[in-house]
Amino acid sequence: MRIVVLVKAVPIVGNERLGDDRRVDRANGLEANGNDEYTMEAALKLTEAHGGEVTLLTMGPAAAAEALRKGLAMGAARAVHVSDPALAGSDARTTATVLAAAIRRLEYDLVFAGADTSDGLGGVVAPWLAALLGLPYLSYGSRIEPGPDGTTIQVRRLGARGYDLLEAPMPALVMGTQVLGEPRYPSLRGIMQARTKEIATWSLADLGIPAETVGAGVAGSRVTSTALPPPRAGATVVREAPDVAVARVIDFLAARRLI
Amino acid sequence: MPGAIWAIAELDDEGQPTRLAQELATLARGLAAEAGADATGVVLGAGAATVQAAGTAFATYLPTILTLDVPGTADHAAAAAAAPALAALVRERRPAVVLVGASPDGKDLAGALAGLLDRAVLVNGAAVRWADSAPAVEMSTFGGRLVTQSVPTVEEALILVRPGSVTAEPAAAPGTVTAVMPAATETLPLVRVVERVQAEAAAASIDDARIIVAGGRGVGGPDGFGVIRDLAEALGGAVGATRAVVDAGWIAYSQQIGQTGKIVKPALYLAVGISGAIQHKVGMQTSGTIVAINRDPDAPIVEFADLVVIGDLFEIVPRLTAALRARQA
Ligand SMILES: Cc1cc2nc3c(=O)[nH]c(=O)nc-3n(C[C@H](O)[C@H](O)[C@H](O)COP(=O)(O)OP(=O)(O)OC[C@H]3O[C@@H](n4cnc5c(N)ncnc54)[C@H](O)[C@@H]3O)c2cc1C
Ligand SMILES: Nc1ncnc2c1ncn2[C@@H]1O[C@H](COP(=O)(O)O)[C@@H](O)[C@H]1O
Repeated sequence: MRIVVLVKAVPIVGNERLGDDRRVDRANGLEANGNDEYTMEAALKLTEAHGGEVTLLTMGPAAAAEALRKGLAMGAARAVHVSDPALAGSDARTTATVLAAAIRRLEYDLVFAGADTSDGLGGVVAPWLAALLGLPYLSYGSRIEPGPDGTTIQVRRLGARGYDLLEAPMPALVMGTQVLGEPRYPSLRGIMQARTKEIATWSLADLGIPAETVGAGVAGSRVTSTALPPPRAGATVVREAPDVAVARVIDFLAARRLI
Repeated sequence: MPGAIWAIAELDDEGQPTRLAQELATLARGLAAEAGADATGVVLGAGAATVQAAGTAFATYLPTILTLDVPGTADHAAAAAAAPALAALVRERRPAVVLVGASPDGKDLAGALAGLLDRAVLVNGAAVRWADSAPAVEMSTFGGRLVTQSVPTVEEALILVRPGSVTAEPAAAPGTVTAVMPAATETLPLVRVVERVQAEAAAASIDDARIIVAGGRGVGGPDGFGVIRDLAEALGGAVGATRAVVDAGWIAYSQQIGQTGKIVKPALYLAVGISGAIQHKVGMQTSGTIVAINRDPDAPIVEFADLVVIGDLFEIVPRLTAALRARQA
């Protein structure tokens, strides 16, 4: 199984901020998007069990390579980094378009994406990409397994009350969740090996995409204002014995008309 | 007259519009009234009778309902089955704004639709209002540390709206329901549903709960959730959880709040035995009132709660439940 895993390098959770241009500041430290590490782990397990290789694919600034290095240390065979100054300020439309062009140049049976990103919370790139590539789309996966005859993929799609078992022929695009399981820690050996693994860097020209058709200039939305959320007043701290404490909680909730 | 404002209905297992769908309809009606535009609801589903029934229910909220019978959604993943028909309808009628719920199904549908229409999507909307005749979308970003407002730079934008943008309210008079059948020009590969499996006892959904009682590692084990459930029941709320306890298998992932779980905004969030790690905080910090029960006075949650009780949860929570029950009796 040849699996392409999409990995977005996002600002370190808790450190996010906007730059002066009102776009997400990507120069303040990046890490692999949490949701993408679950699909990475699932891809590694699948290739370990059924043969094949994992290729990581990211679109992002130079610093995004760090997120790829970690995935290579976890066990991916190679990585592709699409990077171009013209891609700064890209929206989901540009992201899907560029990733689609890159995926068309790769050989694969499956493409894996995460449920959403911590910096954008969009959750639309994966279905968008599937539509552009004309691939079957299996989403919110909690378990991913080859079908009985090996030509299909089966995915448990989490729903509000259980799951749907989905099946489609490969190639296909699978979007996964945390329920796939904890990502492994890179081993020391993995970290050493990662240093010699290839990260191919592709520009827009390499993908045959004109710079003026992507990036901030064609983004579908524009931030018009930003504000800080109303501050919390600071907590009232209750340290009394349980019965007194409970009475104070009840008074507090009643005063706010919550009970 | 400006183009119409559309609300796409998501249906529950009984084929009724979800609370989120009702909120979208109410939002669409308000936006349309201000702009002097039409507000239209769109219902997609399998079977003429099903969509007619759902359409009639949705017409409680909107003057015009269009229903599309998409047989493929019965036993295939819904987004790929429905998006081509919806794309055809959008091309035919050109609504000014299409509102879609920011739920898993809604995001799948919006992504597929955007791919077919090559159109911008504004994601994660907490509120939508007019600003200089553009629909301005308010978003809470960076885990609630920043609120931004964005406008589309293109016509006919898709907007994903989170639960709780407005309070759902029926319209003064019910609307009309019309079945339509746009000729889809594209198709997406269909994905077969082999089997639909229901969890044995599904917990109350945290998505649109007014009160959430969430438990963390402090509850000590699966049995510890008993006191959390009792308190949630006494408050009429839903049970939430941290990733630590979901990973431990004490409670289902559907109840997880945070970066890789759900983002919730209840009126009251009770965090019991939860430290308040950043990845949890991003999922709940815009809640109306936050109450924490923790034995550690230095736990991070103390910094962003409104009321903190320092003590052993097993001493406090059962007493609180009993006091609430006594108060109700
Ligand atoms: C990529 C990524 C994604 C993540 N996503 C999420 C997510 O979506 N949601 C999430 O919640 N976490 C997430 N996490 C995990 C997060 O970092 C924390 O590990 C987790 O939130 C901690 O859960 P907890 O508060 O239950 O446990 P702990 O941090 O162990 O806290 C337990 C708390 O209980 C208190 N306590 C213990 N016993 C008692 C008692 N008897 N009475 C009163 N108080 C008691 C302790 O003082 C402590 O504060 C993520 C982490 C990563 C790396
Ligand atoms: N710039 C990117 N590079 C690689 N993958 C991406 C990128 N943006 C989004 N993705 C993938 O699409 C998923 C959903 O992203 P989003 O729709 O932005 O929340 C992520 O979890 C990634 O797997």
